[in-house]
Amino acid sequence: MSHCSLLCQFFISEISAGIRLQCTVCHGTARMGNKQTIFTSQQLDAYQDCTYFTRKEILRLFHRYRDLAPQLVPLDYTNEPDVRLPYELIGSMPELKDNPFRQRIAEVFSEDGQGNMTLDDFLDMFSVMSEMAPRDLKAYYAFKIYDFNNDDFICKSDLEKTLNKLTRNELTEDEVRMVCEKVIDEADLDNDGRLSLEDFQHMILRAPDFLSTFHIRI
Amino acid sequence: MAGRVSFGSDLHTDVESPADEDGVHDSFCQLIEEQCYGRHDDGMEMTPLDPDLEDESRDDVVYLDGPARHWSESLSDAPQQTDNLIGERWSSDTLKVLSSMPSRTIGRSRGAIISQYYNRTMQLRRRRQSRPSIQHFPHSARPSIRGYGVETDGAGFQEEENKRERLVNNLQNLSVSDRVRMLRAMPLSLAEKKELRMLVLNKGEHSLSENQIPCCSQLKYYIINAVRHGWYSWLSLVSSLQLWQTALKCVSGRFGTGVLSYFVFLRTLLFFNIFLFLFTALFLAVPQAVLPPAQDTHTNNTSRRSSWGLEVLTGAGYFSDSVLYYGYYSNQTLQSGRRCSQSSNGTSCDAAFSYNMPLVYFFTIGAAFFITCIILVYSMSKSFGRSFRIDKSKGLLAIKVFSSWDYKVSKKSSVRLQRANIGTQLKELVAEVNRQELKSPLLQRVFRIFIHMLAWIMCLGSTLASVLGVYYFSEYMHKDLTSRVRSSSSDSLLKEASLLAVPVLVSSINLLLPGFFNAVAWMEEYDSPSVLNYVSISRNLLLKVSVLGVLCFHWLGRVAMDPQILGLQCWESFVGQELYRFLLMDFIFMLLDTFFGEFLWRLFSQKALKRKRKPVFDIARNVLELIYGQTLAWLGVLFSPLLPVVQIIKLLFLFYMKKVSLMMNCQVSGKPWRASQMTTIFITLLCFPSFLGAAVCVTYTMWTMKPSAGCGPFRGLKTMFQAGKLWVRDLALANPSLWWLESAHTYLVENPLFLFLSAAVFLIVIYFHSQVLDGQRKIIELLQEQIENEGEDKKFLIMRLQDIHERRRVRSPRRGQRDNEGSSFS
Repeated sequence: MSHCSLLCQFFISEISAGIRLQCTVCHGTARMGNKQTIFTSQQLDAYQDCTYFTRKEILRLFHRYRDLAPQLVPLDYTNEPDVRLPYELIGSMPELKDNPFRQRIAEVFSEDGQGNMTLDDFLDMFSVMSEMAPRDLKAYYAFKIYDFNNDDFICKSDLEKTLNKLTRNELTEDEVRMVCEKVIDEADLDNDGRLSLEDFQHMILRAPDFLSTFHIRI
Repeated sequence: MAGRVSFGSDLHTDVESPADEDGVHDSFCQLIEEQCYGRHDDGMEMTPLDPDLEDESRDDVVYLDGPARHWSESLSDAPQQTDNLIGERWSSDTLKVLSSMPSRTIGRSRGAIISQYYNRTMQLRRRRQSRPSIQHFPHSARPSIRGYGVETDGAGFQEEENKRERLVNNLQNLSVSDRVRMLRAMPLSLAEKKELRMLVLNKGEHSLSENQIPCCSQLKYYIINAVRHGWYSWLSLVSSLQLWQTALKCVSGRFGTGVLSYFVFLRTLLFFNIFLFLFTALFLAVPQAVLPPAQDTHTNNTSRRSSWGLEVLTGAGYFSDSVLYYGYYSNQTLQSGRRCSQSSNGTSCDAAFSYNMPLVYFFTIGAAFFITCIILVYSMSKSFGRSFRIDKSKGLLAIKVFSSWDYKVSKKSSVRLQRANIGTQLKELVAEVNRQELKSPLLQRVFRIFIHMLAWIMCLGSTLASVLGVYYFSEYMHKDLTSRVRSSSSDSLLKEASLLAVPVLVSSINLLLPGFFNAVAWMEEYDSPSVLNYVSISRNLLLKVSVLGVLCFHWLGRVAMDPQILGLQCWESFVGQELYRFLLMDFIFMLLDTFFGEFLWRLFSQKALKRKRKPVFDIARNVLELIYGQTLAWLGVLFSPLLPVVQIIKLLFLFYMKKVSLMMNCQVSGKPWRASQMTTIFITLLCFPSFLGAAVCVTYTMWTMKPSAGCGPFRGLKTMFQAGKLWVRDLALANPSLWWLESAHTYLVENPLFLFLSAAVFLIVIYFHSQVLDGQRKIIELLQEQIENEGEDKKFLIMRLQDIHERRRVRSPRRGQRDNEGSSFS
């Protein structure tokens, strides 16, 4: 049966133009060796236009996503199934496992805000964290990540949380307080005692290695 | 004006000059106006004004024409009102304006993002207006981003839809590659982006062929992608290839940037020496070793062999007739028809390969020094640029907090290391901030100054004493050697051992005096560790420079002036040996110091004194020891071209030894401090007294000293410098078309005027650069002040707005009531 469908597909691709052929080839193959389309060519186009990935990378990321829970994620995404992987699975990826901000990253990029991710969220996350993403985009999401209470400002409590995650209690309470004050003093341009996205972006402009540090290789 | 209104995204692109300040006010007024319009009708400009609005604008006019009394009132009120900006008594309009300040809206809601990008697409389209727009688009529909942050009800949703529609329109009118770029850079979720994209594509269905990115731009995209990929992987490869990277990270994680700077400096020195070694080995040692000179056999070659161990220490005996020293090199043109491929230095290789040794010797040393100088100056300027940033203190801590975590790191141990690293650096920064606030009373300060003066006098005195000691002792040893030569006593072992006396003395001074300095500094009680380090560095530097000065005088003034007294055939080799001995002794004393001073002291203080404390790593002394050693190596290159090898071995050993000792024996300095300018200072010290001194000595030797007649590549010449001159003259004689070379040589190299001129130009360039930097710093200060002032202006204008409303409320209670209802509703 599968043989037949494969033949069919082959014929269709033979008949249609070269582009179509190319598409079925690069739609990727399932692991077992029998050819099967995961995405339609339109879907891949859309992904390619909306993320910083090539088709190949999108397929690779799909497999990474699927490997987290092979029983949950179908191999056929042409009808856009509504699958969400729970945060526990996302957070256990080796790229995120030891990152102190992993939960925040997952929360910021997930649609439900709880860290449970659809494939779209997953792609979006790694697209922003890729090396191709521009500084503004990265800064926007970095701001979101450090804004723990989601109030669109980085206030003192957010900063304290950030520091605790950064150093894991290496600083004394006094030092944490001092760092918070100083950071807000330095970066707060409109003197409202907290950092808005504007302040944050302005500060990031002067950080020479932000682009290289806010980057996850996958 | 549109660009100015949206402060948000464009603040950094178009910095306004102070003269534009009116414009800002205008834009602010416009913002307010826009808000007023926006309430009724989303910024459409061509709509009839309703009576309410007319009333408001009339109010404005009245107010502006009003008596000056109002002004002064509002001005005097302003300061106390600004304190409670977010009071409850604000009218709804003021609140609206407040909530629509750029700092409060950008990125707040999806609608705001969409409209922000709408504006960007508009800008992009305007910039590329040469493209014919497919669809007519009304320019008057300039939306305000601001209003949407606060609106969440149905109307807001409606407007968001509108906005989206316009964005889609705009996107559609962009070229395909621009559209894709814009779409990718939007901070929206992927689902929304896909939806937007679908909308755009559906709208533009009639031009489906455009759907696909044109082949050429796609190709361009791939090429850019590939190049970038390659560049990043190259960068990561380079950084992973860096020597001792993990070791350095370990050190900086545990001990902070101060100690790290020592190890980084050590690595820099290692690279300098490797470079020097490659240079001399490739051009001097290898050719000479391949084609050994026809030696007149030394009669006493075998008898001079005393003991292997002592020879390694003194560098004399067996070694004195090797490529290690100047004396071994021949003064002839090396010629070999057959072995030309082995000599491998790429000169002409026709019939007979010729290698003019004196010339090569001269130019190799000269070029090595020249290139080292350029590298030094370059790295110095680079590190100056890095440490003396224009905006030095601003935003360091914030940047550290928000951009120092490397998201790429995924190994557990690296994560721990990074965490420790960031923690230490934050501590250092905080300590630096804290220290600036400290102040002490006057009396205490006077006392302090007195103590400091006393300490300096003690340090200078001891330095002077040790310098005099070295001077007289070396004189004594010199005389001793002379008398020994005269009496020709046969006890060669003792003679060789006596050669070690001066190096041992100097090295022990180098070992003991810094300890004394430290004790003095302990008495002084500096509160800032960085000041302590700088003081300690300057004292050590003074000691080392003066000792080296005396030694240089000893070699060039005593030994070289009258080599016959010592029975020397080749004083250059003797000086080379001396330098070798000093370098080796320095190394041995460093080993001893590490063992006794750090290891045994730690054991002693922990076991015997039962103290928990370990010694603290003394950065200043260790760095100055490195600089001292390097100066010796540079001085010795002329006399012993392979001396850098010794230095390389020494540095390699030293790195591992110091690291192990640091990890085992030392504790973190009690007061953390940030070594922001340490590397700069080390490099500067390396450049200024160390390299410059060595270069001056070497040039002096080359220009004025008479080389020994019996050995070396320059035998028979008046000065080493003549080698180049003779060659140029020969060249000019051989082919007359090169006559200009000789005159160029006379005018450029021999005439000091050229040197002075180039130095002057160099200084002028440096001066201009520093002036430009200074100007930039001033401009930045001005701009920062301007930002603050603009904040004040905004506050003031909000006050005014509030004032209008309050007065209106008082005047017409009916409308005021309505306003109140409105505000409570919203």
